[in-house]
Amino acid sequence: MSLNLEFLKFLGAGLAIGLGAIGPGIGIGLVVMGAVQAMGRNPEAAGEIRTNMIVGIAFAEAVAIYALVVALLLLFVG
Amino acid sequence: MGSRKKTILISVVILILMLLSALIIKIPLPEITMVPEVVFRVGGLPIVNSFIAVLIGDFFIFLVVWLGTKRMSLIPQGAQNFVEMIVAGAYGFAEDVAGKENARKYFPLVMSIFLFVLVSNWMELLPGVDTIGVIHKISEGHGYAVSSFLGVQNLVAAPGHYQLAAFARTPSTDLNLTIGLALISVIYTQVAGVRTLGFGYFKRFFDFSSPLNFFVGLLEIISETAKIISFSFRLFGNLFAGTVLLFVMTFLIPLFLVLPFYGLEVFVGFIQAFIFAVLTLIFLVLAVSHHGDESSESSESVPGELADS
Repeated sequence: MSLNLEFLKFLGAGLAIGLGAIGPGIGIGLVVMGAVQAMGRNPEAAGEIRTNMIVGIAFAEAVAIYALVVALLLLFVG
Repeated sequence: MGSRKKTILISVVILILMLLSALIIKIPLPEITMVPEVVFRVGGLPIVNSFIAVLIGDFFIFLVVWLGTKRMSLIPQGAQNFVEMIVAGAYGFAEDVAGKENARKYFPLVMSIFLFVLVSNWMELLPGVDTIGVIHKISEGHGYAVSSFLGVQNLVAAPGHYQLAAFARTPSTDLNLTIGLALISVIYTQVAGVRTLGFGYFKRFFDFSSPLNFFVGLLEIISETAKIISFSFRLFGNLFAGTVLLFVMTFLIPLFLVLPFYGLEVFVGFIQAFIFAVLTLIFLVLAVSHHGDESSESSESVPGELADS
């Protein structure tokens, strides 16, 4: 029983971060795509766009961070 | 064609060295824990290894700034030039993001956060951090054997009952530090909002004018709380994953493989410090600007839509 629980814990942690990283990955890809296109069309605004891009990436990444929190909790605390 | 042959030769030699090192040199994997180890106690107060690293980092920042401001002259030279370059560049950037008035008010806090987080992050690149410490016996879990070399004890990659408690640990991989920074950032945001807007600041959280506004206020409260979690775990998660990455890569192949990852970590450390500081600044600007439709003219340069969700 305890072995089974251990197994499920590792499986759950892996699944949590693995599945949780899909959405933010797509999101960050879209953000950077939009930013690079905007920079290509309007190179003078590149600096401002880059700042906003990084901030946007940070917001998308926060979702992956929540998945990481769940995985760490499963591994080290639960 | 000579240079090309040379490049190929060097690559082959490096590859062979990597393979040989993986076969011959066996190094123990450092213990991966979320909890920092207690190095010593001062009258019952535990001094953990991440705190020692924080002190080292603070000392480094003070040293650089002291050298830069020791003999100030109108025409900057040497260290003063360096410090002025960093501060002036960052101040210009803050003015771009926050506008003149807000940048002048909040730049000191934001720049302090940036420098502190940057030094904390880059500490993981220093040799000796996480690797020099006290070898202690463990009762359970995975341990290694101990050997002695020139009077210095070290772990060897053989099963045993010993683990290393390092003197210094990358400060950002300690959740206490990142949560502390997140609390400073979020609480100061509320303080700045109240200071600028008075108690009208709380209208964005408790708005009873219509059911919809009340619901929006609830969402604002939730997002304010979630900021603490995302601030702290973003920094912690990135840096913790970074140190584990460096550990495991060195463990797999001791020579050369880890070098590109060191480059990556320099980049990640800078970006995370930058994000922490810029997000703090943006949230501050959002907090002190008037809410909703009565936006003032100074909020023109604020990327407000990003942080609204």
